[in-house]
Amino acid sequence: MSIDIGTHDTFPKLLLHHALVRGALPAIREKDLGIWQTWTWKHFADEVRALACGLAEQGFRRGDHLALVGDNRPRIYAAMCAAQCLGGIPVPLYQDAVATEMAFPIQNAEIAYAVAEDQEQVDKLLEILPQCPSLKHHYYDEARGMRHYKQPQLASYDSLLQLGRESLARDPAFLEGEIAKGSGSDTAAMFFTSGTTGNPKGVVLTHIALIDRARAAAEMEGITDRDVVLAYLPPAWVGQNIFSYAQPFVTGYCICCPESAETVMIDMREIGPTYYFAPPRVLEALLTQVSIRMEDADRVSRFFYRTFMGIAGRVGGAILEGKPVGVVDRLLYWLGDLFTYGPLRNVLGMSRVRVAYTAGEAIGPDLFRFYRSIGINLKQLYGSTETSVFVCIQPDGQVKSDTVGPAVPGVELKFTPERELLIRSPGLFKEYYKNPQATMEAKDREGWFHTGDAGYFDADGHVKIIDRVKDVGKLADGTLFAPKYLENKLKFFPYIKEAVAFGHGRDRVCVFINFDFDAVANWAERRNMPYTGYIDLASREEVLSLVRECIERVNADLAGEPEIANSQIRRFLILHKELDADDGELTRTRKVRRAFIADRYRTLLDALYGGKDSVHVEMQVKYEDGRTGMLAADLAIRDAKTFAPEAAKRAA
Amino acid sequence: MNRAQQIGEVVLSVEGVSLAFGGVKALQEVSFDVREHEIRAIIGPNGAGKSSMLNVINGVYHPQQGAIRLRGNGAWQEFHDMDSHEAASLGIARTFQNIALFKGMTVLDNVLTGRNLKMRCSFLEQAIWVGRARREELEHRRAVEEVIDFLEIQHIRKTPVGKLPYGLQKRVELARALAAEPRLLLLDEPMAGMNLEEKQDMCRFVLEVNDHYGTTIVLIEHDMGVVMDISDRVVVLDYGRKIADGTPDEVRANQAVIDAYLGVAH
Repeated sequence: MSIDIGTHDTFPKLLLHHALVRGALPAIREKDLGIWQTWTWKHFADEVRALACGLAEQGFRRGDHLALVGDNRPRIYAAMCAAQCLGGIPVPLYQDAVATEMAFPIQNAEIAYAVAEDQEQVDKLLEILPQCPSLKHHYYDEARGMRHYKQPQLASYDSLLQLGRESLARDPAFLEGEIAKGSGSDTAAMFFTSGTTGNPKGVVLTHIALIDRARAAAEMEGITDRDVVLAYLPPAWVGQNIFSYAQPFVTGYCICCPESAETVMIDMREIGPTYYFAPPRVLEALLTQVSIRMEDADRVSRFFYRTFMGIAGRVGGAILEGKPVGVVDRLLYWLGDLFTYGPLRNVLGMSRVRVAYTAGEAIGPDLFRFYRSIGINLKQLYGSTETSVFVCIQPDGQVKSDTVGPAVPGVELKFTPERELLIRSPGLFKEYYKNPQATMEAKDREGWFHTGDAGYFDADGHVKIIDRVKDVGKLADGTLFAPKYLENKLKFFPYIKEAVAFGHGRDRVCVFINFDFDAVANWAERRNMPYTGYIDLASREEVLSLVRECIERVNADLAGEPEIANSQIRRFLILHKELDADDGELTRTRKVRRAFIADRYRTLLDALYGGKDSVHVEMQVKYEDGRTGMLAADLAIRDAKTFAPEAAKRAA
Repeated sequence: MNRAQQIGEVVLSVEGVSLAFGGVKALQEVSFDVREHEIRAIIGPNGAGKSSMLNVINGVYHPQQGAIRLRGNGAWQEFHDMDSHEAASLGIARTFQNIALFKGMTVLDNVLTGRNLKMRCSFLEQAIWVGRARREELEHRRAVEEVIDFLEIQHIRKTPVGKLPYGLQKRVELARALAAEPRLLLLDEPMAGMNLEEKQDMCRFVLEVNDHYGTTIVLIEHDMGVVMDISDRVVVLDYGRKIADGTPDEVRANQAVIDAYLGVAH
């Protein structure tokens, strides 16, 4: 597997290498008209060559940026590599972003070339054309619906490919030369970070940074060209891109593109990936589905599920870690595997998973243990766009639910006195594009990257992250207040989808809650509670008590942690609408934008702290089709029970 | 090319059709025509005879008077009444007001039934899977998959139709009609009972079918916003009689239509 990084120091060089060494092995698969179609590495390389020549014919030069707007599609990845062949810089953009959100990256990098997946994406590009005069060439992959588009900027991907093939036939040496000119220290790609505050920043990553990190992680886990990955998250997110572009280019494994966002579960079952990555919210949604379906199952199945999940919960994790387990338990687990875990893994499409990662946010201990207990080797990973992802990985046998593991080989870590995590690694980013100020703030003279994450090393040298440094605040009485920590604890309950905690500089902690509509609706149906929708459920006393119980359990938990025992949650309300990235309340990666929410729901916040027991709210909402409407509701505010700190109890 | 230029010659003409069930006169002397590539709406208050009209066109009902003339391959064919099997083989497909799918079958199988008339191989060949059977099956499956892709229902390909929500069932019905590769598509209230988003999707699909496949569409719809937005010409029926015929704007301004919908003081 080992590839000489010295000579293969860019992605195009790696591609040519794979086309030579494993030309007939699958590189990328896509389901088309219901049948999986395969591109071999040779096919992939041929496509990229032609496309690169086509782009060159159209005037694309070294250092130019190419915007990629689309879901995971072979052609989007081919375009990414084609730009790199010419020494250009691909800039993947979030395909679900609204048009105005796309304007900034395009203006920022003065992008002239864009490859869009389909009509929907082309429409967005055309919409922002007045603000982005630099955008001169759009290429679209899917021709459907494009017949009546006559804009001079538009051309089809196929026409570009054709142009390239002709040019390649005329001058085959040109591209070889361009690829050879590239070096590892060139910029490989630019990813725009979601930006919890202000404009997004373009993170510039070099070929060698991405290749080095992808390789370190692959070697650690023994990833080979026989592995298979399902690429189902936005390619504009480095967390997807590293697994669907950088790592397959390093190891030669095959990635599979689902038919559409709705078919991911089905495609996953058909493909049976061996290497899997999912943020906690995806894992949680899967578990919720399983639980709901089990509740509706017949008695026998429910009995089996309950019994064997009990056994798995007790010994499954230990068996996976290779720790000693009694003979009887082993036998029971084996039976459980036969009747429950095996079929369950199969339904989840995880029968063949050897290595699975979760990252992006904290994962609930119950959720984490569930997957491990049924025999899926789920581990935590820590990293960010700026670090080419791989900073910490939990090695097999050292997996814990509340840490992210020790450093991956090659990475140095340390904490500042303020508990901020600093990183030095070969995978660090070069700079923030056109933003030297931000680059200097993030990366100091000695090359340490300031992550902004607060945490500490635990007893085994694993990194434990609690919150963002800037979000860690203090209550009026000086108690440490880590809002994310509280929110995560709440979100670990299946009924709670989002929580927003407030308390910095105040005398007590209050929260906004979004319950999980699927879970609570199901819960209500089982109780024969009629309801009309989210808002109706939100005002039900039963639902309020359900949420209150969750909060009180968190409070009981907090009482056991002396430093933050005083940050127990005193009051809460259930928001009248689900927090939404389209309204700017969440980032595209679904992190809550606390300050924005506090500002937007100022009246609610005042009511929480003002001691009222209900508040009237009226607001404008944006629908998906761009229209707006008014929403009005009366929200109930409730108190939650708090517990005396255990330390105090012991003292008394 | 704009829409007016795309719309071609008359392909279907209904001439003086009258239909009665005993004493109930469902249709009286109704005449109108449909041009190639156009979207033609039939509207009217409840019981105006809209569905009856569609049923006459595709041969479910047999009118007592009148004729239906259909143009195919440049030649006109005239029918006093249509036979539904014949209508289908002439390239007329339809969807129903009350969804008429096979609830226990998957979406894929339901859409495949739309290919029924295009199957050439014999029962025996299919039973033992020889000769043309295999080749045809692949061909039909491909056609069906293209429709599935077109209507964006890949994720429910293997789901039994009975388990699907209403809006999706309507879409599956459209898929089945499209699988027959019709020249003329009759849609009986394709958006009835849908929410706004489903309606928008359905409108988009109807327009795309019309644009992409060049299919001529006759639709019945109650949602006036939809009718006025997507149709080229509108026929208005009231108590079995045609009371207006013209572009959406003309129909909207027609006093008889306003009276039929709002009622008039006597």
